[in-house]
Amino acid sequence: MSAETILFYVFAILAVVSALGMVLNTRNTVASAMSLVVTMISLGAIYLLLEAYLIAALQIMVYGGAIVVLFLFVVMLLNLATDEFPPGRQRIVKLAVAIAGVAVLAQVLVALDRQPLFAAQPETVPEGFGGYRQVGISLYTDYVLLVEMAGLLLLAAIVGALILAKRKID
Amino acid sequence: MLPMNHVIALSAILFTIGVLGVATRRNIIVMLMSIELMLNAVNLAFVAFNRIWAQVDGAPALDGQIFVLMVIAVAAAEVAVGLGILLAMFRNRDSVNVEEVDLLKW
Repeated sequence: MSAETILFYVFAILAVVSALGMVLNTRNTVASAMSLVVTMISLGAIYLLLEAYLIAALQIMVYGGAIVVLFLFVVMLLNLATDEFPPGRQRIVKLAVAIAGVAVLAQVLVALDRQPLFAAQPETVPEGFGGYRQVGISLYTDYVLLVEMAGLLLLAAIVGALILAKRKID
Repeated sequence: MLPMNHVIALSAILFTIGVLGVATRRNIIVMLMSIELMLNAVNLAFVAFNRIWAQVDGAPALDGQIFVLMVIAVAAAEVAVGLGILLAMFRNRDSVNVEEVDLLKW
């Protein structure tokens, strides 16, 4: 087993454990958000191992930085450090959804185990794969319309968030 | 070269954890975080498949990574608007329990 593979398993276990910690932690919302940071950074490391360097950097900056900070900001603004709700209704529905989710996951894992899907994968990647130059060239030639649409979407999101968070709409 | 079956399996596991979080938790902040986790699981699958089909006719093919960039942009927009809705909801109801927000439920 190569060093890359061992690192992958370490970060994969870290990601799964911290994701479970985020979902199962019903006492402390801040701790949930910190678990989410660990998951995001582990995924960033796995992107590095998959030779997607720009995506790894953006993952750590945008997810590990901006988005989780936004979550923490809201948690602390609303003073929600603890979250204890009275027992909820609809236990049966939740249990059914949980069982269905795990069943589908088991199906996927069995299918992946049976089928050696990716036998013909190349061992090496082309020069510059996943770096900012190649991604940028691809982004600003083939996908330039997509960039403009993303810009429009982010502008709409900024305006929408401002209006929603405003105390009174005049 | 990583064992790609296991990368895709990791993606499926993380997605399922996100689904369980949305289905079982009632704190809307944790539900939003679970949605982020599901988006990240999909990103991981995109990056892994892009690594498998890394070149077309000798030139690097980066379509999967472009998709991941777009997913990151959409996720950022979604979090900004979602947390804005959450602030408005907290102001009106003084709670982040989704079961108390059921006006549109018949």
